[in-house]
Amino acid sequence: MTEPDPAHAAIRAVFRVEHARLVARVARMVRDVGVAEELAQDALVAALETWPRDGIPAKPGAWLMTAARRRALNRLQRGRMVERKHEELGHMTPSHDDPPDLDDDVGDDLLRLMFVSCHPVLAPEARVALTLRLLGGLTTEEIARAFLLTESTIAQRIVRAKRALADAKVPFEVPPSAERAARLASVCAVIYLVFNEGYSASAGDDPMRPALIEDALRLGRVLAGLVPDEPEVHGLCALMELHASRAGSRIDAHGESVLLLDQNRARWDHRLIRRGLEALARAQQLGGAGPYVLQAEISACHARALVASETDWPRIAELYTALARLHPSPVIDLNRAMAIAMTEGPAAGLRLIDDIAPRLPRYPWLAAARADLLIKLDRRAEAVVELQRAAELTTNTHDRAQLLRRAAAL
Amino acid sequence: MRFLMTYTSKHNHHTPEKAAAIDKLVADNVKAGILLDTGAILGLGTGGLGKLEDGKFMMSDGPFPETKELIVGYAIVQVRDRAEAVEHARRFMMIAGDGECEIRQLMGPSDGTP
Repeated sequence: MTEPDPAHAAIRAVFRVEHARLVARVARMVRDVGVAEELAQDALVAALETWPRDGIPAKPGAWLMTAARRRALNRLQRGRMVERKHEELGHMTPSHDDPPDLDDDVGDDLLRLMFVSCHPVLAPEARVALTLRLLGGLTTEEIARAFLLTESTIAQRIVRAKRALADAKVPFEVPPSAERAARLASVCAVIYLVFNEGYSASAGDDPMRPALIEDALRLGRVLAGLVPDEPEVHGLCALMELHASRAGSRIDAHGESVLLLDQNRARWDHRLIRRGLEALARAQQLGGAGPYVLQAEISACHARALVASETDWPRIAELYTALARLHPSPVIDLNRAMAIAMTEGPAAGLRLIDDIAPRLPRYPWLAAARADLLIKLDRRAEAVVELQRAAELTTNTHDRAQLLRRAAAL
Repeated sequence: MRFLMTYTSKHNHHTPEKAAAIDKLVADNVKAGILLDTGAILGLGTGGLGKLEDGKFMMSDGPFPETKELIVGYAIVQVRDRAEAVEHARRFMMIAGDGECEIRQLMGPSDGTP
């Protein structure tokens, strides 16, 4: 956004606030999210032309909707739309309809837009870009900065995604019940991917990257409002809110990462913890026991412990066992081994890790975990070897330096 | 980014229509995932003003005459940038009526160093 004009900045803010609802509503008219987005952009151009002169209208959403609809009709009259759309648009002309109002409930259209943006005909990175563009209201430039890619890469990705949806004739609808669970999982996965991209940002990155954490939180909350009976969606929200509550405590004043058990818990964001625990409670009331709910529950065990020594490790070990049953994974087994080490002692943990090691031969955090346990057993020489190995395996320069420093200190 | 917005108005009367419109705005903003918290703040007389001077704590219990006719509401929103926070303040005030709104950024997970 290079717009120096404050009036334009204000108009763009209005547009971003309205973007998802506007595109969703227009997409229902034209049955094509690509066309809907172009029409929304046209409405923005119209707003940029008239609002600086006339002021922001009392109902800017309705104004934008009217502008987009007028352009849809113009296109139609110029014969640039197929007959089928003509009929659909016929019902939507202003003369036949109440005054358009974006303040009306557009929940169903928003949900359709989410499902379509995360449609399985698209590659995961295309789903992410389209979701941030259409539902997050981010510009291609903002998405590019957040993902450390060029603007043209993202622009192309979005253009191709829209074309792929049109080519596959993906209907603008909530999927039928047979597909619904898998499609909803895809929407959750996209939101969680956005979250993790933001969460993995390091100090000195473009501020657009950590902002993805908040974009994901907002998308998750919107989704939870649209499908309030889905426990996994609440589980996802709980997981994200709880993780986000620690985002500011993971890095110390020197830019070094701080392990969970060493973090200053007073610095955790208690507002987000509260929200996370509430979302988890809703998920559990709905009988949720899927992967997001289980991970959120593990995160909640940490959030509930006022000091690290109060952590309910036996419960965490149980939860990892349940998680591994749903999604067998050596990384989950490793986490479980560390939880067991906290209750049954480091030697028990080491035995478990030795069993896991062949399945994770090049995973730096397995070596680091082994080093932690060896230190507790006062086997320092072996711990040094493991820390050096972990440093060799990691690609993150911050982590490598930290691991080597720990090795040197032993 | 998170912003704390505090709204102050001398019009200490909300018509039922206005109250309903505010309720709808609140519900919409919760659904949009941006509103983290909101509420009304009662006059200073309900609590008081604490002060620490030279290490000595003092409590002033008022009276605080000017606060009586004011209504003060607050909201914490999570938005992408300042312009978006301003837009939400504008929307609220267009419904709530003449007054003033202070908008301040809160430290949050994506604001770099805590």
